[in-house]
Amino acid sequence: MKQNRVKESIGDTILRLLTLLMAVSVVGLIIWVGWQMFASAQESIHTFGWSFVTNRVWDPVKQNFGALPFIYGTIVTSVLALVIAGPIGLGVAIFLNEMAPAKVRSVISFLVELLAAIPSVVYGLWGIFVLAPLLRDHVEPWLAKWFGFLPLFQGSPMGLGMLAGGLILAIMILPTIAAISREVMAAVPDSQREAALALGATKWEMVRIAVLAYAKSGILGGVILGLGRALGETMAVTMVIGNRPDILPSVFAPAYSMAAVIANEFTEATYNLYLSSLVEIGLILFGITLVLNAFARLLVWSVARGPKGGHLV
Amino acid sequence: MISKKGKLLTGVLAGFLALSLVGCGTTAPSNPNAPTAQAVTLTGAGSTFMQPLLAQQIAEYSKQNANVTINYQGVGSGAGIKQVSDKTIDFGGTDAFMSDEQLAGAKGGKILQLPMTLGAEAISYNIPNAPNELKIAPTTLADIYLGKITNWNDPAIAADNPGLTLPNLKISVTHRSDGSGTTSIFTHFLSAISPEWDSKVGKGTSVNWPVGVGGKGNASVAGLVQQTPGAIGYIELAYALQNNLHHALIKNKDGNWVAPSLDSASAAAAAFQVPDDMRVNIVNAPGAKAYPIAGFSWALVYQQQSDKAKGTALLNFLNWAIHDGQSLAPAMQYAPLPTNLVSREEAMLKTVTYQGQPLLK
Repeated sequence: MKQNRVKESIGDTILRLLTLLMAVSVVGLIIWVGWQMFASAQESIHTFGWSFVTNRVWDPVKQNFGALPFIYGTIVTSVLALVIAGPIGLGVAIFLNEMAPAKVRSVISFLVELLAAIPSVVYGLWGIFVLAPLLRDHVEPWLAKWFGFLPLFQGSPMGLGMLAGGLILAIMILPTIAAISREVMAAVPDSQREAALALGATKWEMVRIAVLAYAKSGILGGVILGLGRALGETMAVTMVIGNRPDILPSVFAPAYSMAAVIANEFTEATYNLYLSSLVEIGLILFGITLVLNAFARLLVWSVARGPKGGHLV
Repeated sequence: MISKKGKLLTGVLAGFLALSLVGCGTTAPSNPNAPTAQAVTLTGAGSTFMQPLLAQQIAEYSKQNANVTINYQGVGSGAGIKQVSDKTIDFGGTDAFMSDEQLAGAKGGKILQLPMTLGAEAISYNIPNAPNELKIAPTTLADIYLGKITNWNDPAIAADNPGLTLPNLKISVTHRSDGSGTTSIFTHFLSAISPEWDSKVGKGTSVNWPVGVGGKGNASVAGLVQQTPGAIGYIELAYALQNNLHHALIKNKDGNWVAPSLDSASAAAAAFQVPDDMRVNIVNAPGAKAYPIAGFSWALVYQQQSDKAKGTALLNFLNWAIHDGQSLAPAMQYAPLPTNLVSREEAMLKTVTYQGQPLLK
C-alpha cells in the first residue's frame, strides 16, 4: 500500500515537472523571440535611436529609415476596423444571444465564424477586384460629397488606401469580436436577466442593464483581441492599402502598415542596416501586440473572476 | 551582437532549406539503372525574376542527368546574395549584380557573376478608349514618376502623340511595393535619363517613391493597372503580355520609338561591351532597335569550390543552361543570351577550380 503510494507520487512528480517544462518553454519561447529581435535590431537602434519612431522618411537608397508612417498606417487602419467591426460584432452577439431563435442562431453564428476561416490572401484579392473599384466609383465620391468638409474625406478617390484597408480588417476581425462577445454574454447567469425582466424592463433595458453591464469588460477584451489581429494582419492589408509610406489625414489616401513593409521588403533588404530597421519595426509591432494582448487577458480575467454585474451603469 | 544576428538568420535560412529539401525531394526520380554517377543535390536561391526559366531549365536538365537534383528557391535577389555570401547555398541568383562592398563580404572568396537570362519591362497603362503603343518619352516617364506630370492630357504627352486626344484623366502611378530586381532595372533607367531622379530618388531594389501606390509582385501591379483607369506601371514583359495590357513605346537613346520585346531586349544587350566581371547595366542602350528598359539576371558562383562532386555538377548545369538551356527562354518571354557573351561565360566557368584543378572540361 505504502509502496504503491510512493510510486504514484513519483509519477505525479514527473508529470508535474514535464508539464512545468512545457509551460516554461512557451514563456521561454516568447522571451527568446523578443530578445533575438532586440539583438537583430541593435544596428538600427544604435544608428537612429528614438528618432526611428518619429522619422517620417523611409528611403532605402539613402539609408534613412523611420517607422512613423508605418505606425500611423497600422493604427489608423486598425482603429477604423474597430470603429466599424465593434458595434456590428456586438450587435451580432446581442442578436444571437438574446433575440434569435435557436435555429437561426446556429446558422448565423456558423456563417459569422466562417468569416474567420477565409484565408487573408482571398480577402486581399476580393479587396483589389471588388472592394477597391466599389470604393473608388461609389462610396468615396459619395463620402466626399456629403462629408468633404472634414479633412478625413478629402482628396481624390483611388479605391486603394486606408479606408479599403480598414474595411477589409473590419470584416476579418468581426468573427473574433462577435464570438468572444457572445461567449461572455452567454456566461451571464439567467437569474440576472430574469431579475431585470421581473422589474418590468424592456428587452433592450434588460440587455443593457443585466447583460452588457455584466459582460462589458469581457466584451472589451474581445474587442482588443480583434485589435490585436488587425495590427498584425499582413497579406490582405498590403494588397489594398496602397503601400505608400506617407502620413496623410484623408482615409482615401494610400498608406503602409508595419506588417506589410516587413513582408514586402524583407527578402530584398540588401544591407545590414536595412534589415536591422525592418527587424526594429517588427520589434515595435511585437511590443504593441504583446501589451495589447496582456491587457485583453486582464480584462477577460477580471470579468470571469466572479459575478459583480447587475449594477445600473 | 552582429554575429548573433548572423546566427539567427542562418538558422532561419537553414530551416527554409530543410523544408525545401523535404518539399522538392521528388522532382528528380532516381533511376536505378543510371550510370554509377554519384547522386548530387545542389541548392540555389535568389531572384524571382529568373525563377520560372530556371525551374524549366532544371526540370529539363534533370531528365538528362538523373543523379543531379537542383533546388532553387525564389526568395528574392537580396536574400540570394546574402545566402551565397554566408555559404549556406551552392549558387545564388540576382537581378542586381553584387557591389564591391557585397563581394568583399562573401565568406567563400571570389564570386563569379554569370548572366543567365535577359528580360525587358513594359510600361503598361490603362486609359479608356486609348490605343495600344502610346508614345512616352523617357523624360516624360521620369516626370510622371516624379509627380510633375499628373494628367494624361499633359502637353508633354500630347507632343509625342500627334493626332491623338487623350482624356482629362488623373495619372495613377503604380510601382512595386516589394523589393525587386524589376524595380532595380526601372530605377536604373530613370536615373540614367533624369539627373533629377538620380539625385532625388536614386536607384535600388526599393526606393522612396515620390508618388503612387505600390503593389506586391508583378501580378499585383498588373492587376492595379488593369483595375484603375488612368494607371501606369512597369511590369515584366511576360506579365504584360499575359494580361493583355497596353504597353507604351519608349524612345531609346538613338531617338527611335521601340516596343518591348525579346528582340529589342537582345538588341540592348548586344549594344554593350560587357566587362570581364560581367557587371553591366543595359538600361538606355544605344542602337536603333534597342529597348531601353532591360536587364540581365546573374547566377552567383564561388570561383573556389569546396566540394568536388557538387562543384562539377553545378558547373555542368550552368554550362548547359547558358548553351542548350537558352532554347527554353523565348517561349517563356525571356530573351536568349547573345552568342558572343555565351562563349565568354563558358571561359569564365572554366576558371572555377577545386583545389587548384579546373572542374569544367
